[in-house]
Amino acid sequence: MSIPKITTARWDVEDGHTLAGYERTGGYSALKKALEMTPAEVHEEVKTASLLGRGGAGFPAGVKWGFCPPGVWPRYLVVNGDESEPGTYKDRIMLERDPHQLIEGCLLACYALGLSQCFLYVRGEMAHGQERVAAALNEAYEAGYVGKNILGTEVSVDVVLHWGAGAYIVGEETALIESLEGNRGMPRLKPPFFPAAIGLYGKPTIVNNVETLSNIPWIINNGGQAFADIGEAPSTGTRVFAVSGHVNNPGVFEVEFGTTTFRDLIMGEEYGGGIRNGGSLKAFIPGGASAPWFFEEHLDLPLEKGTVDRAGSMLGSGAIVVMDQTTDIVKACHNVVRFFSRESCGKCSPCREGTSWLEKILQRIIDGNGRRADLALLMDVCDNISPGIAWPPKQTTICPLGPSAVSPIASVIERFADEFDAYLGEPSTEQAVEVR
Amino acid sequence: MSDDMVTFNVDGNEVSAPAGKLVIEACEDAGVYIPRFCHHERMNPVGMCRMCIVEVDTGRGPALQPSCMLTVSDGMIVDTQSDVTKKAQDGVLEFLLVNHPLDCPVCDKGGECPLQDQTMAYGPGESRFVEEKRHYEKPIPVNDNVYLDRERCILCDRCTRFADEVVGDPLIHFMDRGNQTQVNTFPDEPFASYFSGNVVQICPVGALTAKPYRFKARPWDLAEVDSTYPNAMGDRINVQSSRDQVLRFQGVDSDAVNWGWLADKERFSFEALQSDNRIGSPLMRGGGLNKADADGDELVAASWSQALGSAAKAIADTTPDKVGFVGGARLSNEAQYAWTKLAKGLVGTDNVDAQLGDELPPHALLGLPRATVAEACQPGGVIVLIGCDPKETLGTLYIRLRHAVVEDGAKLIEITPTDTGLTNVASASLRARPGEAGTVARALLAETVSGHIGGVDEDALATARDLLGSGPVTVVLGRGSLSESVDSVLEAADAFLDVDGVRFLQAIGRGNTMGALDMGMSPGLLPGRTSLAAGQDAFSDLWPQLPNSDGMNTAAMLEAGAAGNLDVLVLLGADPINDALDPAVAAKALATVPTVIAVDLFVNDSVSKAHVVFPAAAFTESSGSHTNLEGRITAIRQKVTPPGTARSDLVIAAELARRLGHDLGLETPSDVWEELGPRSAVHGDVSSAAIEADVDGVLITATGRVAFAPPDQAVSREPVNAYALRLVTARRMFDNGTMVQQSPHLAGFAGQASLRVNPYDFNRVGVADGEEVRVSAPKGSVNVAARVDPGVPKGIVVLDYNRSGADARVLLDPGATSIDIRLESKGGKA
Amino acid sequence: MARLNADNERIAHEIIGRYPRKKSALIPLLHLAQEQDGWVTDEAMSHIADLVEVTPAEVLGTCSFYEMFKRHPVGDYHVNICHGIACHLLGADELIHHAEETLGVKGGGTTDDGRFTVEGVECIAACTEAPCLQVNYRFANKVTTQDFDALIADIRSGARSDIPPHGTLAKTRQSIPEERAAGPALVEDAQEPAWLSRNGSDQ
Repeated sequence: MSIPKITTARWDVEDGHTLAGYERTGGYSALKKALEMTPAEVHEEVKTASLLGRGGAGFPAGVKWGFCPPGVWPRYLVVNGDESEPGTYKDRIMLERDPHQLIEGCLLACYALGLSQCFLYVRGEMAHGQERVAAALNEAYEAGYVGKNILGTEVSVDVVLHWGAGAYIVGEETALIESLEGNRGMPRLKPPFFPAAIGLYGKPTIVNNVETLSNIPWIINNGGQAFADIGEAPSTGTRVFAVSGHVNNPGVFEVEFGTTTFRDLIMGEEYGGGIRNGGSLKAFIPGGASAPWFFEEHLDLPLEKGTVDRAGSMLGSGAIVVMDQTTDIVKACHNVVRFFSRESCGKCSPCREGTSWLEKILQRIIDGNGRRADLALLMDVCDNISPGIAWPPKQTTICPLGPSAVSPIASVIERFADEFDAYLGEPSTEQAVEVR
Repeated sequence: MSDDMVTFNVDGNEVSAPAGKLVIEACEDAGVYIPRFCHHERMNPVGMCRMCIVEVDTGRGPALQPSCMLTVSDGMIVDTQSDVTKKAQDGVLEFLLVNHPLDCPVCDKGGECPLQDQTMAYGPGESRFVEEKRHYEKPIPVNDNVYLDRERCILCDRCTRFADEVVGDPLIHFMDRGNQTQVNTFPDEPFASYFSGNVVQICPVGALTAKPYRFKARPWDLAEVDSTYPNAMGDRINVQSSRDQVLRFQGVDSDAVNWGWLADKERFSFEALQSDNRIGSPLMRGGGLNKADADGDELVAASWSQALGSAAKAIADTTPDKVGFVGGARLSNEAQYAWTKLAKGLVGTDNVDAQLGDELPPHALLGLPRATVAEACQPGGVIVLIGCDPKETLGTLYIRLRHAVVEDGAKLIEITPTDTGLTNVASASLRARPGEAGTVARALLAETVSGHIGGVDEDALATARDLLGSGPVTVVLGRGSLSESVDSVLEAADAFLDVDGVRFLQAIGRGNTMGALDMGMSPGLLPGRTSLAAGQDAFSDLWPQLPNSDGMNTAAMLEAGAAGNLDVLVLLGADPINDALDPAVAAKALATVPTVIAVDLFVNDSVSKAHVVFPAAAFTESSGSHTNLEGRITAIRQKVTPPGTARSDLVIAAELARRLGHDLGLETPSDVWEELGPRSAVHGDVSSAAIEADVDGVLITATGRVAFAPPDQAVSREPVNAYALRLVTARRMFDNGTMVQQSPHLAGFAGQASLRVNPYDFNRVGVADGEEVRVSAPKGSVNVAARVDPGVPKGIVVLDYNRSGADARVLLDPGATSIDIRLESKGGKA
Repeated sequence: MARLNADNERIAHEIIGRYPRKKSALIPLLHLAQEQDGWVTDEAMSHIADLVEVTPAEVLGTCSFYEMFKRHPVGDYHVNICHGIACHLLGADELIHHAEETLGVKGGGTTDDGRFTVEGVECIAACTEAPCLQVNYRFANKVTTQDFDALIADIRSGARSDIPPHGTLAKTRQSIPEERAAGPALVEDAQEPAWLSRNGSDQ
C-alpha cells in the first residue's frame, strides 16, 4: 500500500498557501462535507481515526474532544502553534506552506464540538508563519469560510490569530492558556485545571497541536477508517518527523506512523541519508529535547508510541536529533540542560532552582572546575526533580519541564562516564562535597 | 456520619474530613502538620513551592502530590512520613535554600521564620551549592512602609496573590522569568495599597519587612496577647510587646471577622499608642509650672486628687440638666456602661451622646434587622451597598465583601453617588445623585419604572432588579456623604425593608459605636437596646437618679454650651472642634462652658480647651470588650501598662463617682456584665468568661426595643441645576483622625484635601489637574486643589472630608437634602 | 515615542475587540508597541495597562516573561543566532563567536552605531537548516561565517529591504471585516451554539 501524504501534500504546490491553490487542490471540501453531516458524526470519524495528538504527549485527539463537560458554554478551541522544542520543525512549515489546511481543521473541530471561538496561537518568532496565516485568514473570511454564517449556514466561528512572544513553556497547554489570557506563561496544576473542563477563562477548552488539526480535513474527506488503516494501531496515520544533526540529508519527512523505524529515518536514502562523513552514530534524541536519548541499539525500533515509551523514551514532537562520534557528550548534555534552565518559567521551586543548579554544575565541569562528587550531586539533584529518575518520569514539579532537564543527564552520565572523567581529571580527595 | 464527609488514611490512621477539603488542611485537622510555604488558608492554592508534596495513593499506587492542591477523597491514603515523601521534601527545602542568603542573624524574620524553622528541623547541615547565589540590591522599598529583599524571597506568590486576589491592588507582581523571577512593582508605581502590611505578616521568609517594626525586636523577646482592635469591624489582633512597649499588631484569623487581615491604618497605629504625645498625668488649667489655676491659660500637670476634686465639684455645683457627656465610641463596652451609669444613674442627666451627628442615627443602628458579616457575604447572596465606600472606611469589611463577590458568587449592587473601591467587581452600579439614594432604591424595588430616576436610567435599574431575586439580600448601609441629608439613606433602607428576609449591616465609622448604643450612651436610651421610659424598672434599683425625659444630643449640647446654658461638658474621647458638623458652634461651646472635662489619650484641639483632663489607658493598656458593627462582643486584653498615671476609662468613672459621693459598684469588667446581664433584654448570655472563651466572641442577636423611624414622607429632591455641581463629601482611609496623625508612619498618607471632578466638568470649568479652585456653596466656600477622576459622574464633585487644606464642614447644611456648589478657577472662569 | 500613537491605538482597540476578555490582547499590544518604537517603553506599558484595564505592574509582569519584548533600546537589526541542540552540533557556538568578534559586541549587546544587536537564542525551529539565525525574525539557513559576513554587509548596504525594522513582525495583519465577524464568544451567559442544539451531538 502506498502511503498518502496527508499533511504535507501541498508543500510542493507553489501557491498551496493561497486560497486559490488550496481550493484547487481539494481544499475546504471537508468543511462542505462536514456541514452536511451532524457534529456528532464528524467527531465520530476523528475517534475512528485514532488520531494521536502530535504535540508531544500523544493523547488520542478524538478522546480528548470528548472530555468537555456537557452543558457548559462557551467552549473554546486553542491551537498550539508555539513549536519551540529543540529539534522540532514541522508546525512552522505547516503554518507557512498550508495555513488553510489548518484553518479548515480548526473549523471542523469547532463544528464537531460546538466550540464558539478559535484562537490560533502562533509562536512569536515565526514572523513568516504569522504572515501566511493572517493572509489565509483574511482570504477565508472574505470567501465566507470563517466568521459569521460559514458558507451560508448558521455556523458562526471566529478564528483569531494570536502571537506568542518567546517562551518555550507556553507550548505546555495550560501555560498556553495563561499566555492567551494575557498572563505570564506559567503552567496551571492538573488537576484541577484540565483544559477540556477548566481552560481558557475557566471554560472548557480543546487545545490541539497544529499538525494534529492539519490531519482533520483528510480524515473527514477520506473517513476515519482510511486513516486508521495507515500505520500500526494505536499509532495511526502518518507523522511528520524532522531529522537534524549529524546526518547527510537533514530534513522534514512525512512517514507512515508506527511502522517506519528510526534506522529508516536516519539512515534511509530517501530520508536522513546516514551519518555525515561516513561517521558512526553516537546517540540520538528520538522525540525532541525532552526525550531521553537513544543509541545504536534503538535504531530498529519502529516509530510507534507504545514501543518507544516502553523502551524508555518518547516520540514527543517528532524531532530526531542525531549525534555522531565526534560529539562532545558533556557539552551536548549541557546544551540541552541549559535550554530547560533558561526556559523554566520559575513557578515551582524544584524546576526554578534545580534546572539552573544542574546547568551550573555542568558548566563548572566543562570549565575544568568539576569535582568528582559532582556526578553524584548531579544525579541527586535530578532525583529531587524527578524522583527515581524513571520513565515515564515522576516529578516534584508542576509540569514536565523540570524532568525534561533530567533526561539528557540520566541518558549519558553512566554510558559516557569516560567523557565526564576526562573533564574531571584524576580522582581527588580534596574539595569533596558531601553527598546525602 | 453525614454524606459530605469522607474517610481517608493519613500515616496509618483513619480520619474523616469534609469532602472538598484540601489534604494539607484535612491532615492538619487530624494532627498531622505538612510543611508549606506558599499555601495560605485564606487564599487560593497555587501549588508552587512544592514543600507540601506527599505520597498519596488513590487506588493507583502512591504518587507524589502537592497536598495543597488536592482534595481528600474516600479511601485516599496519605503518607507524610514515607522515605519518598521525606526525600522529596528535603529536596525542595534544599532548592529553596540554594539561593537564599545566610543573613538570618540580621533578619527580622529570624526566630519566627518558617524557612528557618523547617531548615533547623529537617534541613541538611551544610550546603551542597557551591555556586554564586542570586544577587539583588538589598531591600528596596515597595512603598513607604514595606521593604522587599529579593534575595530572601522564595517566590511563594503569597504577597502577590494577596495584592491581586484579596484586595484587588495588583501593584506588586512577578517580573522576569525562571531563575531570575522576582517580585517587584512597576517603575515609580509603588505598592500603594491600604492593606500592604498584610504581605509582611504572611511572608514565609524575611523578604518583606515593615519599616515601623524593622530591627525593633527579635521574636523571642516579644510577649503577645490576642485582643480586639476597637474599630467598627472589631478586627481581631495579636498585640506584641517588648519591655512594656507595643511593637507590633498582627491580624488574628477570626472566621467571623477579619480572617487574619488588617488595614495598614490599624496595623501601624500601634505607634500612636507609644507616642510621646500621650497624656501621662491629669491636667488642669494652670498659671505656670504645675500650678493649677482655673483661669490659667495652659494645661499643667495636676494630681489625680486635684483633678477629680475639681471635676466633681463642678458637677455637684450645678443641676443635672446643665451637665452633658459627649463621645464614648473609643471606650470599651464596660467603660461605656460605667460612664452611662455615672451620667444617667447617679448624676441624673440624659445629656449623653456617644455620636457626633455624622453617622446613622441610633434608631437606624438598632432598629433594623441586622446581618452578620458572614451573612452579608454568604455564597450566592445579593449585597446592596448604599451610600458608603467600605474600602475607605472599613478595610477588612471591604476584603470580606470583595471575597464574597469574587470567590463566592455573591452579587453586588451599588447605590452610591460615585465609584467605590468595589465598583470593579460590582454586578450593577447605580449612580444615585446625592440626596436621591432613597428615590433610586424605591425605583429599583418598584415593578417597573421609566426614564431617569435620581440620575439612574431605567435599563440600569432593570438589570439590577433582575439580580435582586438571585439570592438573600443584605443591605450594607452607611452615611458616606455629609453633604446630603441622612434621610435619603434612611428612605432607601425603608424601601428595602419590603424585601423578604432582608438584613442590614451598618457601615459605621467610629469604633465602638454599637457598644455605646447598647450601653445606653445616647439620649433617650438605656443599656440593653431599650428606651429611657421602657428601661426605668430594670435599672431604678441601682440607678437612683434616672432622668425622666430625653436629653440633648451632641449638636444640641454644643448649641446649649455655646449659648451659655451648660455648666459642665464631659468629653469622652471626643474632639468636637474637629469632628462636630458645625465647628464654629463647637469652638464657641468649648470656650463658653465653665467646666470642660476631658478623658482622652491625647491633647487634641478640643482637649486643649478643657479645664480638667484625665489621662486614659488605651486598648492595649486595659482589659474589657468591644462590640463591632454586627453586635459581636470580643475581648480587649491589656498587654502593657499605661503611660504615667493614666487609668482605664472604667476606673476614671468609678473614681469620679466616688468623689461625687457614690459607689459606682463597678471595679472590673466582669462586674459590669454581672450587673447588666439580668437587667438587659439582650445581654443575658454575656459574661466576661463567655467573651474570653471564643475568638469570635459573643454575638448579640436579639433585636431589642428600639424601632426604626423612616422619614415621614418621601425626601424632597432638589431640581438639577445644569450650571451647578452637586457636592459629595467623603471620608478617606487616611485623614486627620488622631490615631493616624499620631502614627509617624501613617500621618503622611493623609495628605491635603482635594476635590475630585469628572473629566467633562473639569474641562468645562477649564482648570488644570492639581490647580486650586474655589468651591462655593450657599453656606460658605473653600479653596482646594482639583483632580480629574473618571470615577466621579458628570455633575458631581467629591471633596475629601477631614483632611488638611480645606474644611468641608464650612460648606455643609445639615438641613439640606443636597448641596449644589459652584466651581471657579483662580482665573475666575465659571 | 511613548504611548501608542493614534493609528496604533485604533488597531489596539480592534485587537482588543476580538477577545472575550481585554487582558488577552496584552501580548499582541506589546508587540504593537514594540513595532512602533523598536522596544517596549514604560509609557507604552502604562498606556496598554489603561487599554486592557489592568495595572502597569501586571503589564510588566507579562512583558518581562517573554524574551521577544525588549525593555531597552536595541539595534535596528536584532540578530538571533540559534544555539539549540541541532545548531550546537553543527557549529552554532563558532558562529556566535564569529558574530561577536566581527561586530565587536558580547551576547545581547548592541553595536556602537546602534545597527546590530547579537544574541544567542534557544531553538527557532529550523533544525534541519542548522546552523541558522534570524534577523528581526527573518530566517537565514545553514549559515557559514562567510554567509554571516555577507548578510551583515548586505544589510549595511541596504540590500535587505525585505527585513523590516526591529519590532515589526508580520507585515500582513489579520483583519476581520465587521460584517463577517462572528464576534468574541463571551464567557458570561453563553448558550450552546445553534448548530449543535439543532443538529444534536454526543455532547
